[in-house]
Amino acid sequence: MTAPAPAHAPAPARAGVRVRRGPLTTAALAVAALLLALLALGLGDYPLSVPEVVRALVSDQGFATTVVTGWRLPRVVVALVFGAALGVSGALFQSLTRNPLGSPDVIGFSTGAYTGVLVVTTVLGTGVLGVSAGALLAGLATAFVVYLLAYRDGVQGFRLIVVGIGVTGMLHGVNVWLLLRAETEVAMAASIWGAGSIALTGWSQAVPAFVVLAVLTPLVCAASGPLRQLELGDDAAGAHGLRVERSRLVVVVLGVALIATVTATAGPIAFVALSAPQIARRLAGSPGLPLVASALTGGLVLLGADMIAQHVLPTAVPVGVVTVVLGGAYLLALIVQEARRRW
Amino acid sequence: MVNPGTGRLRADAVTLGYDRKTVSTGLSVTIPDDSFTVVVGPNACGKSTLLRSLARLLRPSAGDVVLDGESIHRIATKEVARRVGLLPQSALAPEGITVGDLVARGRYPHQNLFRQQTEADREAVAAAMAATHVADLAEVPVDELSGGQRQRVWVAMALAQQTGILLLDEPTTFLDIAHQIELLDLFAGLHRDGATLVAVLHDLNHAARYATHLVVMKGGEVVAQGDPGEVVTADLVEDVFGLPCLVIPDPLSGTPLVIPRGTAHPAP
Repeated sequence: MTAPAPAHAPAPARAGVRVRRGPLTTAALAVAALLLALLALGLGDYPLSVPEVVRALVSDQGFATTVVTGWRLPRVVVALVFGAALGVSGALFQSLTRNPLGSPDVIGFSTGAYTGVLVVTTVLGTGVLGVSAGALLAGLATAFVVYLLAYRDGVQGFRLIVVGIGVTGMLHGVNVWLLLRAETEVAMAASIWGAGSIALTGWSQAVPAFVVLAVLTPLVCAASGPLRQLELGDDAAGAHGLRVERSRLVVVVLGVALIATVTATAGPIAFVALSAPQIARRLAGSPGLPLVASALTGGLVLLGADMIAQHVLPTAVPVGVVTVVLGGAYLLALIVQEARRRW
Repeated sequence: MVNPGTGRLRADAVTLGYDRKTVSTGLSVTIPDDSFTVVVGPNACGKSTLLRSLARLLRPSAGDVVLDGESIHRIATKEVARRVGLLPQSALAPEGITVGDLVARGRYPHQNLFRQQTEADREAVAAAMAATHVADLAEVPVDELSGGQRQRVWVAMALAQQTGILLLDEPTTFLDIAHQIELLDLFAGLHRDGATLVAVLHDLNHAARYATHLVVMKGGEVVAQGDPGEVVTADLVEDVFGLPCLVIPDPLSGTPLVIPRGTAHPAP
């Protein structure tokens, strides 16, 4: 019989030499977002090189400056900011549900917002403000209903997802029915909104959303500590002095507020919230879902998707169409990877 | 019943349960200060429920849990977490987290929005990892650890909380016998160094050997408590667990050693 190995044997040699990728990745993502933005500002019917774009940004270059700051900058900034908001929203929900599918667009928010818009446009027939209000109210109502239906002595992640998917399915049926009974032009307009687009979003439309997001940002930062505790499980978080149910509600409200703000302005943009946090986590190699990296990745994904929507495809399409296709590919990759690991 | 003496933490005629299912009614337990209290009893007898209520995770529907002379539900959650720690059965390690980062999360009750990582935090984390012999593993992902190492890391997270009282919910379950003893020795060391410990254990022989105060529960009630040498008898084990057995002195420690009879060796 051999002597038992010492119970606390020294760690494997590679311990200690591990480099923390997190901060490095975050910096790299920030640089990548900046470069992609400069590239995007140069693309279009009046193409500009990156140095030309920089010159047009920092000093008045006449027409080039008009094109860059007046025409293209709002859309690029909107893509980055909205993408970031969607990425953070997804990270909050996926952390909370402890499930990569626990994204706000999967659990009914976007579909509910679309229902709201359809009701407003087909039944009430009011303008842009009505559309935003309808999206916001119906999205919030959907989130509230899903939360209530999933609530049983506290909310558990998996139940939230299953209830959310059920509610999404029902609302999807309602949406189709509303579209079918609407007049053709109204249905067309609603469908365009439903695809999710930032094409028409100028500064004036984006500013209210930016203000809301600016208010939400410090609140999300404040919620990150409790979020990291919730990852440990309810009992461990509670044993550390966290008010578990209240913290969870705060995270839900913040996540919903982020996606609601984006959706009310741009329509439902699918899959950014779903994919960005998972991509960010794999890149950063961090424990849990990193909020800052998720925001940067979300910005990158949405800006990239919008560039494809505008410039790569033969005819410009709403960015939501591109994100759906990218998201589908992403989901397939996720499933294939999962399948490889299991079988 | 022996008066268990004074204690900073006690349950006072509490009624505990989940939804509409009541687990305990009018349960009173005092945790003697500076004790290594072990709670034993058959499955679903309310041990974990009692522990969760002592940690303020479960609110009694009647009665009160008292910490330092005050109702625990009147004390701010973080303040409770600076005085009473709990190692739950069901803690989750976020995917990819390193040992050092996980242990540091035990410092949450000492931090707030404006005071994040301090020197005191780093010292507490280092001390907790040294006490549990996981300091060498600080940079290793928790996913890569063995069961025994992982359990020591969870204990380190609870120790980093620097509470005078530490509650341990079935800390040795799922470990092999060598790692169980290693962990119990670790707890005995913590107890010697001044910690008040409350552990739910399944193994009666371990309980009898390590406990300074034994609480025996059955059907949501305390049926016996006190010094293990006086509490653990063949009659009690048969009454509580329905297990006929022989109780002899442990040849090493002199504490009661429970030897189950089973069908092959019926009582004479």
